[in-house]
Parts: sequence; C-alpha cells; structure tokens
Amino acid sequence: MGAAAAIGQREHPVEVVDLVTHYGPRMILKGVTMDVREGEIMVVMGGSGSGKSTLLRYLLGLERATSGTIRVLGQDLGGLSHREITDLRKKMGVAFQGGALFSSMTVGENIMLPLYEHTDLDRSTMEIMARIKLEVVDLAGFEHLMPAELSGGMIKRAAFARAVIMDPRILFCDEPSAGLDPVVSSALDDLILRLRDAMGMSIVVVTHELESAFKIADRVTVLDHGRILFIGTVDELREQDNARIQNLLNRRAQPEIIDGDEYLRRLTGENMDEGTIQ
Amino acid sequence: MPAVDRRPPFHRFADKVGRATIAGIEEVGSGGVLVTQSLFWLLFGPQRRQPVRMAAVFVQMMEIGIYAIPIIGVLAATIGVMLAIQGIHALKIFGAESQVVFGIALSITREFAPLITGILVAGRSGSALAARIGTMKINQEIDALSVMGIEPVRYLVAPALFAALVMVPTLTVFSDLVALYAAGLYVGFDLGLSMAAYVDQVIDVLSVDDVMHGLGKSAIFAVLIAIIGVVNGASVTGGAEGVGKVTTRAVVQSIAAIVVTDMVFAFVVTR
Ligand SMILES: Nc1ncnc2c1ncn2[C@@H]1O[C@H](COP(=O)(O)OP(=O)(O)O)[C@@H](O)[C@H]1O
Ligand SMILES: [Mg+2]
Repeated sequence: MGAAAAIGQREHPVEVVDLVTHYGPRMILKGVTMDVREGEIMVVMGGSGSGKSTLLRYLLGLERATSGTIRVLGQDLGGLSHREITDLRKKMGVAFQGGALFSSMTVGENIMLPLYEHTDLDRSTMEIMARIKLEVVDLAGFEHLMPAELSGGMIKRAAFARAVIMDPRILFCDEPSAGLDPVVSSALDDLILRLRDAMGMSIVVVTHELESAFKIADRVTVLDHGRILFIGTVDELREQDNARIQNLLNRRAQPEIIDGDEYLRRLTGENMDEGTIQ
Repeated sequence: MPAVDRRPPFHRFADKVGRATIAGIEEVGSGGVLVTQSLFWLLFGPQRRQPVRMAAVFVQMMEIGIYAIPIIGVLAATIGVMLAIQGIHALKIFGAESQVVFGIALSITREFAPLITGILVAGRSGSALAARIGTMKINQEIDALSVMGIEPVRYLVAPALFAALVMVPTLTVFSDLVALYAAGLYVGFDLGLSMAAYVDQVIDVLSVDDVMHGLGKSAIFAVLIAIIGVVNGASVTGGAEGVGKVTTRAVVQSIAAIVVTDMVFAFVVTR
C-alpha cells in the first residue's frame, strides 16, 4: 500500500517498504510496509514480542535493515552518511520506554541537553525553552530535581519534554503507558493528543494497550510476529473479523488470562517457526 | 533448531576455543575502533559541531585522578617502605645495604609505581566506567544520545579516554614521589641515611629513561583501562545483574591486560 504515496508532491513523514530485519540469524520483521502521514497519530500495536520496539529502532536508524527501505522525512535511512543522519535526528524526537533520562543530570539539564549540543543559545534562553516544555507536560517547577526523585509517570512526561525540546517534526514513543496506573497513563494519552494539536507534529506511538490506542490513534498498525496484520483507522479496526485481530481486541478485558492463552497457543506449536516464547 | 550436539568432545572444545578467540579478537577490534573514533572526535569534532567537551573531560579527570589521590598515596607509601625493608634485608646478606637506594629508585619508577597505579585505577575507574556505560545501555540512555544526534563515542568514551590518558601518568608521577619519599624515610630510620643524601642518591641513580619507561607504560595502561571498561559496559545484556557481570569482567580483564602488557613492555624495552 504505502509505497505509492507520491500522489501529492509531499512524501509522508515515514514510509517503510518491505522491511526485513534480523537479530542474529532470527528474522524479526518479515516484510513490513507501512507509512505515517503528516500530522497523524499512528499507533503501532501487537502482542509482546511481535516486533513493535524493533520497528521503532529501525525507524530511528539505530539498526541496519537486512532489506527494504525506510524513508523518514523524505530521506532514505539506508543511504545516509553519519552526518546526514545526525542532522535528520534533530528533526525527530523520541520518548523511550523507560524514559532514558540521564541519571547524572537534573530534569532541566536533561531537557536542555539537545539545545546545549545543537544550538548556540545562551543558558538563560535554553532555561526558558525548557521551562515552556516542562509546562506543556505539567512538570513546571521540577527542573531542579534528579530523575531518581521522580515517579514513573513524571519520568515519562519529562522524557516527552526532552523529546520535543527541538520542536521535532515527528515524535516516536515506545510504550508510553507501560508500568503506569490507568489514571496516569490516561493523562499521558491526553498529553500525546495535546502535543499533536499544539505542535502539529506526526506521532508514532508503540503500545499494546487497546484503551490508549483507541483513544489517541488516527490510524493503527497491528503487528503480529513480525508481519503487518492490519493498517487502518480505529473504526476499520473494530470492523475486522480476522480471528487474530479479534483475539487482540478481546484481550482488553483480561490481559493476564489471554496472555496465558497466547502462551499455550505457542506451546502447542501453532507457531513452531517463531522461536522464543516471551 | 537447538539440536543435541553429537560432535566428539574435542570438536566441541575446539569449536568453543575458536568462538572464544573470535569473540576476543572482535573485542580487541572494537577497542581499536573506539580509540580511533575518540581521536577522530577530538580532532574533527569541533568542525562538525560535536566537540569533545572539556567540561566532561574535567569531570572524568576528577573521578579518575583527583579522587584517587588519597588511596594511591597510601598504597605508594606502603610499597615504598616495603621495598626498602626487603631491599635492605636482601642486601644485608652481602653487606651491601648501602646500595639499597639503587634497587628502590629503579624498581619504583620503572615497575611498582606504574603497576600499582594502573591496578588501582582499573579497580576504581575501569569498573565505574563499565558500570556507567552498562547501566546507560540498559536504560536506553545510549540510544537516547544517538537519536538526539549526540555521538555516544564523542560524548561518553572520548572524555573518559583522554582523562585517563592524562591522569594515569600523572598519578604515576605522584606514586613515584610518594613511594620514593616513604622509602627514604625508612632508609633514614634503618641505615641512618639523611633525607638530603638519599635524595641525592636517587637523583644520581635515576635517568630520564627510567622515569619515562614507567610513564610510557602508564599511558598504555590508561588506554587499556578506559577501553576495556567501555567495551565491557557496552556488551551488557540483561538487567542490573548483567551490569554487575560486565563490571567484574572489566576489572579482571584490565588488571590482566595491565600485568601482561607490563611484562611485554619491560621485555621489549629493557633488552
Ligand atoms: N537486541 C536484540 N537481540 C536479539 N533479539 C532481540 C533483540 N531485541 C528484540 N529481540 C527479539 O525480537 C523480537 C521482537 O522484540 P520487540 O520488538 O522488542 O517486541 P515488542 O516490542 O513488540 O514486544 C522478540 O522476539 C525479541 O526477543
Ligand atoms: Mg517493546
């Protein structure tokens, strides 16, 4: 589907065609084709181990693909020099699963780091910019704390503030609500919506939480064992009668039990070729 | 396909040795790459807007060098006294104890000061470096640096490497002085040699070559400690437990590397 996206003059911010990747001898992504459109929130879903984080790492150019192409903001990641990819990354923001704040720096210093490294702004300007972003994520006044002094939800929000400090055109987040209670994770969903509306960027959110996916997604990509099972809007997703997707949708009610079923299903060999059990 | 390995034991053993050797060569290779890249960023970083920050080097210099001064002072003094005691004891057999300053001065500057300094820095800072890099890798902080367009080698490795390159030889000079002084105190106490006379003798005995021999080695130790720390830290897998493992491995490997390098260096240079 996504390859023929050059209908308008503009390319989509993310275009992935036939992406195949390996970790060692194991094939992880088995021909993924998807895209992310300007200003949309694309949610990447799928069970544990389905390759969501892996896809994200490739979109970020952290790994080299076996085959296929990845274009981000119009540039083919495979053909970029070190310098070009560094420049491209200044237009991308990433909020990692655990926040990945630098533990030796205060929250404020964490958020200012990209400014400090990539701009010639003076310190007071950087502090003002950091404070603005902290306000966006509801962390105003916390800039002098160390990451260890923050709660899980606050760390995630600080990570968002750092991810958007350079006003990126595209924001990637891995499992923003993992390990958070429902109230906090719902607040993070609101934050993602707010960031998109306020800053107009495209956002890719990796999650396995249906609640959150339905709430924020413009479109959804469903990954299953390294393959695309579905791409489309939330409404289209609900109408799917594919058994695996139904399985995924029903998982919402009782995640633990369904995870058990999934485990059994793999044990009984329905996916003998898939390697490790998560 | 985890099939049962039916090969004869020797084949399996050879296979294991082969793999371990390749892994070892790979680690040496990535160590070499790190040194080269660090140099690259030091020289060309500024024009690429990725300078190696002096502030970061300074922080590392404090960690590796300044904070190590007390313990290195104590160890160096102990070694100095110990050498004096043993030297006098051995030379007394020939009634030649007045020659002890020879042995003390040469063995401290050529051997003991660089060695004890290297081992101590390996234990203190090599482990800390491995733990820091390992923890950062597990927390995806290294990935975070990359995706922010901040080159991790430039940002993390180069400062530690250059700080070690400056501080380990500096600490070695410090150990030289402390050990020689402590030995002098003991020699004065045991043989009644005045400090002034002792210092004269030491200066007489030592050549620039002897001091440089020790300092040259200590510079190599510095590179070994930093790179082994980083390579091990970066190879971490698993969680906090993995960090513990690579930290231990970094210390063991760097001390082993220091001792072996010391021997090879002494052999090559002394003959
Ligand atoms: N660094 C790695 N080395 C080897 N295998 C990996 C690595 N990272 C992930 N994998 C494997 O790739 C598969 C997909 O993982 P991942 O993308 O993290 O899944 P998800 O994020 O959907 O839970 C898993 O089976 C996992 O074991
Ligand atoms: Mg994941």
